[in-house]
Amino acid sequence: MNLPFLVAAAIGASALTNLGAATALTGSGATFPAPLYQRWASDFKKVNADVMVNYQSIGSGAGVTQFLQGVTDFGASDTAMKDEEISQSKQNAVMIPATAGSIVLAYNVPGVLAGLKLSRAAYIGILVGGITKWNDPAIAKENPGVNLPSMPITVVSRSDGSGTTAVFTGHCAEVSAEFKEKVGSGKAVTWPVGVAGKGNEGVTALIKQTPGSIGYVEFGFAAHNNLTMAALENKASNFITPSIESAAATLASVKLPDDLRAFILDPKGANDYPVVSFTWLLVRKTYADAAKAAAVKAFVAYGLTTGQATAPLLGYVTLPQEVVTKALAALEPVK
Amino acid sequence: MGGNSIAKGSPGPINRGYRPRPDFFRFSCFLASALTVALLALILGEILYKAWPAINKFGLGFLSGVQWSPNRGVFGVLPVLIGTAASSLLALLFALPLGLAIAVFLSENFLPRPVRQFIRFMVELLAAIPSVVYGLWGIFVVVPLVQQYGAVLADKLGFLPLFAGPAYGNSLLTASLVLALMVLPTITAISRNSLVAVPPTLREGAYALGATRWETILGVILPTAAPGIVASTILSFGRAMGETMAVAMLIGNSQRLSCSLLSPSNTLSALLANQFAEAEGIQVSALMYAAVILVIMTLAVNIAGEAVLRRTQRSLVGLK
Repeated sequence: MNLPFLVAAAIGASALTNLGAATALTGSGATFPAPLYQRWASDFKKVNADVMVNYQSIGSGAGVTQFLQGVTDFGASDTAMKDEEISQSKQNAVMIPATAGSIVLAYNVPGVLAGLKLSRAAYIGILVGGITKWNDPAIAKENPGVNLPSMPITVVSRSDGSGTTAVFTGHCAEVSAEFKEKVGSGKAVTWPVGVAGKGNEGVTALIKQTPGSIGYVEFGFAAHNNLTMAALENKASNFITPSIESAAATLASVKLPDDLRAFILDPKGANDYPVVSFTWLLVRKTYADAAKAAAVKAFVAYGLTTGQATAPLLGYVTLPQEVVTKALAALEPVK
Repeated sequence: MGGNSIAKGSPGPINRGYRPRPDFFRFSCFLASALTVALLALILGEILYKAWPAINKFGLGFLSGVQWSPNRGVFGVLPVLIGTAASSLLALLFALPLGLAIAVFLSENFLPRPVRQFIRFMVELLAAIPSVVYGLWGIFVVVPLVQQYGAVLADKLGFLPLFAGPAYGNSLLTASLVLALMVLPTITAISRNSLVAVPPTLREGAYALGATRWETILGVILPTAAPGIVASTILSFGRAMGETMAVAMLIGNSQRLSCSLLSPSNTLSALLANQFAEAEGIQVSALMYAAVILVIMTLAVNIAGEAVLRRTQRSLVGLK
């Protein structure tokens, strides 16, 4: 029995004693962790029939807005709240890292079924439009023995604003000055090449349908849809295949600051997958309704402990012990 | 106004005595129609209010700006405006000859009436298919076709800017083809109505002067019905401009300037649908500004269409 679990159990137990009649919690925000949060909500109901949690995946931006307006009881965002947003909430918001995931470059190249390796020069070149054919020497160099076709590359990006885009472009802008200058980073950017689809599902559909395409999607989504994913070169110049293990390696090498906001732009570890991000739940420091406060605490504590075991099943990464401890400590004063 | 005098409760100048006063029915009808107009004004006002920060900041440069980069606070809608106009005009280019041919065919007595009714019903049923279904159909049928033949086109005619490669499946051409199908029922129905409304005396007169059926159609029927056909085209244009879901699924959503039909593009409505949920700060205002432009464009087009349609109906009544 480990410490975080005990803390969670203690928080949960103290919370549950306050629960009388059924409490309904509404949350909204990021689409990226939505499958996991919804799973937590349904699992949580099994152990705690009094609380109904309803999570709507409407996007990080809208989720933060609704949370700040007081429409929802908790929010969720792929990008940590900005300082101005926290001050807008009158210092009444706490950000709790809830899970993490990686973003992959998935491709559809006839004849290349798996194992494509992309160096930093190669994938940045593709994204800014400098590399336009699959048999470009920059790609071929790292893939000896792979029969790369002379086919135009179609870059697939997100047409909607998205935390996935923010994390991915954040990484690209960090590793390439050219990318930073031509594209920049943010939730919605202008891509120099290619087509765009709405949501992870839109991008997935475009990749599946377009021979010669490559695009960025969230790992769980790519794995679930059997997309082929490229191994990317990390800071230590190793090619890392995206997996839950390689993402966990990245998380293990990150030191989370006390405000729990960490952006992993370019991890240093030898076996770290380069594009990994935490995703956060937003809760209030004080709720007007004590039953609601207790229910939110119980639900988030459940996600941080029992819920972490569910994460890998859906393609997310279990948070390291140290992060869970810090997150539970941040949850503690909520009332 | 009759409504006003009733609202004040004063007796109107003409009282035929068949309805007791006050006339609640007329009053509530007036209220309902006034509310409808007020609603439109309210929507416009709200959009304008939300768009104001962007209108203030970007001014008319918004219309001529070629870059839309929310992450840098740069907003310009020229590529999107061009995409909106180009996709709608191309759709009309494809749909007008087909729709007009169907309308002429259905208004002549080439086939027994029940068969014509059946075909007419089928064409008009196209209007009942939800937009998202058109989008899905486009993804599974039109996109692969355009991908396949677009590559050939780009290969053979790539020297023309219009067909410059690389060819994308999700492109301006794909969206226009599906839009053409979506506006086909509008063109057909309104054109057929105005063709049918051409007084039979004109047709009989043409025949009496020795004209063949072909000459009658081209020389008498079509010119007489022309304003109605123009109106149908304008109304279809309005529909194509405002169409959102199917276009967002097919056009490739890229805000880059390009002359090629085989390149991805974007439209105002698709841009709004895509970016609204995650927008914040000035981006919301910029999107509202784009919405203002879209509303003005569609309103202008629809008013023009209605005006032409009214004039036609009046002139045809005069002919009888």
